[in-house]
Amino acid sequence: MRNAAVPDAAAAPAPTPSTAPIADDLPAGSTPRAEVATGVRMSLAAGLGMFPLGIAFGVLVMQTGLPWWVAPGLSVALFAGSVELLLVGLMVVGTPLATIALTILLVNFRHVFYAFSFPLHVVRHPLARCYSLYALIDEAYAVTAASPGTWNRFRLLAMQAAFHSYWVGGGIVGVAIASFLPGRIEGLEYALCALFITLTLDACRSRRQLPSLLLAGLAYTVAAVVAPGSALFVGLLAFVALLLGRYQLLRRRERLRERRHA
Amino acid sequence: MPEPGYFLAVMGIGFVLTFALRAMPFAILQPLRDSRAVATMALWMPVGILAILTVSTLRTSLDADPARLLPAAIATAVTIAVHLLGGRRTVLSVGLGTATFVVLVNLG
Repeated sequence: MRNAAVPDAAAAPAPTPSTAPIADDLPAGSTPRAEVATGVRMSLAAGLGMFPLGIAFGVLVMQTGLPWWVAPGLSVALFAGSVELLLVGLMVVGTPLATIALTILLVNFRHVFYAFSFPLHVVRHPLARCYSLYALIDEAYAVTAASPGTWNRFRLLAMQAAFHSYWVGGGIVGVAIASFLPGRIEGLEYALCALFITLTLDACRSRRQLPSLLLAGLAYTVAAVVAPGSALFVGLLAFVALLLGRYQLLRRRERLRERRHA
Repeated sequence: MPEPGYFLAVMGIGFVLTFALRAMPFAILQPLRDSRAVATMALWMPVGILAILTVSTLRTSLDADPARLLPAAIATAVTIAVHLLGGRRTVLSVGLGTATFVVLVNLG
């Protein structure tokens, strides 16, 4: 994916003031159709992961006994893979909406930080901007971040729409597969545990992440003992509270150090 | 099984919250970018939240059937080993870990 992006970056000329306004920010000699094709091509590598996961999501929805339309419904409404997989387990036991809202907020909170470098500015039409925002998934952020400065509205929107179709399409294929399966495949829901394990490992690459990991362990353990019925809700809240405390501690230590130097 | 209205409510809440989280920072980009508290929390939060989700999903799965403790432990070890030794290819790690669990649960 990254290799495919480099020649594009090299081919895109720096916009010169004389031609920039007319050319709609396209690379010289390119057409909207070619840009759409490039956008789709750049979606393929990440799509290779999204489509099978979408199938697993569709199968899981069917096998937990939820109505089939929950799979495309969630994928269209949220378009956020890990949260959707998580919601299957939460919905089947009728988890209160407040817990669901907090879980969605905290799990998707990372999206807040994508704004710093996502090239939304290349999309000008208000509706298209809304779509680009709505479809700002992890993969879209990652691909744009890997080749900054090469994006125009055709390329960006085509890539995001391609991601969207892989995810919704995978879910529908999963629903179809599950309806042909003779019986239930026990243990398929472990896919979500495995996904979270790999995400945790990816987020925890240096020893500096260790305090957060320990605080999270503490928060969840206490929550599981104090409120076993809503350990996820209480645990997440306690973790955020502990982190805020840690931040206050850090600032106080810094202030003390400054005073000593002064 | 909950009512259809409950599923629709979850979808509605999910749409509003997810879209708001994705759109909001573009509207209030400047103050957020300069906030050290937000930047620090952004650095600290992901690993802990993901760890809590991992443990929580494992626990839900074990609550349903305590006999799955051993399969879950083995599958978790497989997932971690494949991920760290196999070059962090998520589809591979999740695929092999899940396959391990499915085979162990259906054989047992």
